[in-house]
Amino acid sequence: MAGVTAGGGTAGVRAHARIEARPDGRGSTVLPVLAGEGPLALRRTRGTAGEARVTVVGAMSGPLGGDRFLLEADVAADARLGVGSAAATLALPGQGKDPARQETRLRVAAGAALRWEPEPLISVRGSDLELLTRAEVAEGGRLLLREELVLGRHAEPPGTLTSRLTLRVGGRLVLDQELACGPGAPGGWDGPAVLAGHRAVGQILLVDPAFAVRPPPSRLLGQAASLVALPGPAALITALAPDALRLRRLLEEALRATAGPAGDAEGG
Amino acid sequence: MTRAALLLLADGRFPAGGHAHSGGAEAAVRAGLITDAASLEEFCRGRLHTSGLVAASLAAAAALGVDPGDLDAAADARTPSPALRAAARRLGRQLLRAARATWPCAGLDLLARRFPKGAHQPVVLGAVAQAAGLEPLDAAYCAAYESVGGPATATVRLLGLDPFDATGVLARLAPATDRVADRAVRAAREALDTGVDALPAASAPLLEISAEVHAARTGRLFAT
Repeated sequence: MAGVTAGGGTAGVRAHARIEARPDGRGSTVLPVLAGEGPLALRRTRGTAGEARVTVVGAMSGPLGGDRFLLEADVAADARLGVGSAAATLALPGQGKDPARQETRLRVAAGAALRWEPEPLISVRGSDLELLTRAEVAEGGRLLLREELVLGRHAEPPGTLTSRLTLRVGGRLVLDQELACGPGAPGGWDGPAVLAGHRAVGQILLVDPAFAVRPPPSRLLGQAASLVALPGPAALITALAPDALRLRRLLEEALRATAGPAGDAEGG
Repeated sequence: MTRAALLLLADGRFPAGGHAHSGGAEAAVRAGLITDAASLEEFCRGRLHTSGLVAASLAAAAALGVDPGDLDAAADARTPSPALRAAARRLGRQLLRAARATWPCAGLDLLARRFPKGAHQPVVLGAVAQAAGLEPLDAAYCAAYESVGGPATATVRLLGLDPFDATGVLARLAPATDRVADRAVRAAREALDTGVDALPAASAPLLEISAEVHAARTGRLFAT
């Protein structure tokens, strides 16, 4: 249940959404659990052959300061799920001093595939948001996870944003990284080592069993985007851009350039 | 043991191969992002709070006795760039060679046998600090200072920056270096109790991307 909690002069919404996907035994994927609430409403949308598709519909604006959102997706062995969102998410200032927190937990079983492709997260001036994304992929599972962070609406300074992303494959840690930016972040976040004035930063994380046999060679797209092999059956595209539109183009271009096992996996 | 070992370990003349690395400064200079003392300072501040904090935490945890295998895996996961992972292991190997000659002990011999291809440099640094009788905080200081000292020294060579200006940058970063070392030790103690996930994972996207750009380039002055 979505609930409003109050304490210490702050109030925030708690919301929990869960998706469970499993194969129906006839080549399609069914969703025995599709439970959204409040600001995290879920809709089943038109999928492709074999892949179920879910869209997160922002029923309310948010997250606001003090809010606690939790999104969970479990993809059982041999199921295929794609999740997107209807619109960009705006991190907004709240009335209290507590940061908002949005946690995403993804679990992908062996032989299963998950595409997690939400629209960008926009950090609005005065907001304070912690994003925590944890993906656990079993040996033989596949994942495509996109994250796009936009610092401020047009010509607006950003709020404070931290985003930590961890990936485990077969129980082994493959990626653990946190980006902190905005007025509450430690110094230098906008300087020449970290973002250098770019207002949009994004990644695509790819897990594919084929990478264990043949890791993709490092690739560059100009000076602001790279594809690298991680220490496991996974690869990471990282891109920096002046705005959300150019970030998306860069990420898509980089994804096409991989044109390797992950690309094939999407088609098959 | 003696605190003076810290001076030896943090000295740029300690023969551990660090002089061949600019910590991303060469790539930033070539991209026109470091042009003077002010932009060098911003670069160093960003590096200190990201890869510097991570390195300091790994070093402090290793000095505290957290399992080096766990720490090495944690370092790998915090280093998406293959070029940076390879450089960190090469530097770890070089540091371990120098340290085994300087502070011979069974612990460092064991570390060398366990990681024939080299462990990440901060993990080795922590073990070396312990072998030299230093504290986890010393190891954290050493790693944090190295994360900005390397780029500052390199920029003097790359840009012909006045060495007084580069030293001034490091002096202005001293309070932030103190905070990073303290935070690193707190995180290391937590990691001793709850595991290496408690260590910071602060990342710098541009350092990761430009490390790959730099590795693909010919005519480099510095390896990274």
